[in-house]
Amino acid sequence: MSDQNARGGRDGRGTRLVTPGASLGASEGRRIGHGVVENDGQLIAVKLGALIENEELVSVIPTHTRYTPRPGDLVIGVVEAVQSNLWFLDINAPFNALLPMSLGPGKSEFGGARNVLNVGYTVLCRIQEVDETHSSVVTMKGLGLRRLDSGIVEEIPPHLMESLFSDGDVLKSFKSSTSCRIIIADNGRMWVDGDTNSMSDVISRIEQVRKMSREFSNIDSMVEILQKEVY
Amino acid sequence: MGGYGDVQMIDENGIRMDGRSAEDIRPVTINAGIIPVADGSAEVIWGTNHVVAAVYGPMEAHPRKIQKQDRAVLDVRYNMAPFSTTDRIRPGFNRRSREISKVTAEALESVVLTELYPRSKIRVEIEVLTAEAGTRCAGITAASVALADAGIPMTDMVISVASGKINGIVVCDLNKEEDNYGEADLPMGVCANSGDLVFLQMDGDLSPEEFQIAWDYNMGAIAPVHEIMIDALKRSNGGEE
Repeated sequence: MSDQNARGGRDGRGTRLVTPGASLGASEGRRIGHGVVENDGQLIAVKLGALIENEELVSVIPTHTRYTPRPGDLVIGVVEAVQSNLWFLDINAPFNALLPMSLGPGKSEFGGARNVLNVGYTVLCRIQEVDETHSSVVTMKGLGLRRLDSGIVEEIPPHLMESLFSDGDVLKSFKSSTSCRIIIADNGRMWVDGDTNSMSDVISRIEQVRKMSREFSNIDSMVEILQKEVY
Repeated sequence: MGGYGDVQMIDENGIRMDGRSAEDIRPVTINAGIIPVADGSAEVIWGTNHVVAAVYGPMEAHPRKIQKQDRAVLDVRYNMAPFSTTDRIRPGFNRRSREISKVTAEALESVVLTELYPRSKIRVEIEVLTAEAGTRCAGITAASVALADAGIPMTDMVISVASGKINGIVVCDLNKEEDNYGEADLPMGVCANSGDLVFLQMDGDLSPEEFQIAWDYNMGAIAPVHEIMIDALKRSNGGEE
């Protein structure tokens, strides 16, 4: 399997950019993937993005999209509001996620939520459930889920996460080349901790990736930027 | 619709004041992704019209009373800058901008898959920087490109063009003088691929035959503008054929 296929064929080489409404041919014998709908026996793209045809599956990988929470996703959230027994977290999705006190960190009493997590605190949590209106509940009960007291949080467009980091080697070499502790969350956020110089190096690399994020043909260059060794 | 043929705007050879023939549209330039902080954006330069559109969201709809339990709402705001015309426009919402915001939202709701984002809001801001007739059409077209640029799922892209009547002759894509002194105006919004009509207004009088000609002119202008839209989206997103 080529490198391109190893990353889900999303590195832009040979991919075709389609616009909403573009006809993708007859639907017979083909499966409908992300960003595609069927109308009168024809497949139609509903998003701007790269057309991926993987055997029978036809999908469009968008060039830009908002994060949509899915159960089990690891996310980095920022506390936006506190009530007596729950927290509201900004998880980079259209809606804030709920963190009930029963799923929060440690033990806290009714009315004491603010003493545990106050507005502005950053936490690493996991999506517990999502309802049909995309409202989500997150949990901090689990291995490694905690308040993030040190380091910084950077953002990368969520649609790039899979293309960039589905191959574990990219993250591994990104960590080793920057000497930083890094956690990649599914909601397009990245926690980085290390010494000041290393962190500023990570920030500048992420900034470069963000600038190139709209162009699928740049995936290889983005991976190169992340893996670049500093001498 | 200021006069009835008292100003001669088309000669006996069918050439208009700006040198176009009856079915020609003004030069159109579209650029996508021009506002980095927006989820999607586009500018449309249509003749002398210069319109910028930006899309934000989907996001939680506030106030809660505007939320729809089964779909997203399109919150469209069309605004003309005070300096966009020769006479200064008083800043802020007025009846005209409210009307255009409403018809634009309804035209775009026909193609956006709002049911995928219940209880949320998609904010569409349309700012007219320079106005020279046909700003609502340029606004709808710009908003359509900006929505696609933002990754909002849509079954098609909407293109809007207006035809009208000057000196008793139906012409496509009225300019400022033709709009001011013409006899009728027929803006239409059409889905680029399916050809479905999603928006139509008419100002002035057109006979059934004239209406048909205006309709055909508008439909004929969709394909070239669609090409320009696709090219703009591909340029800003690094696409290749």
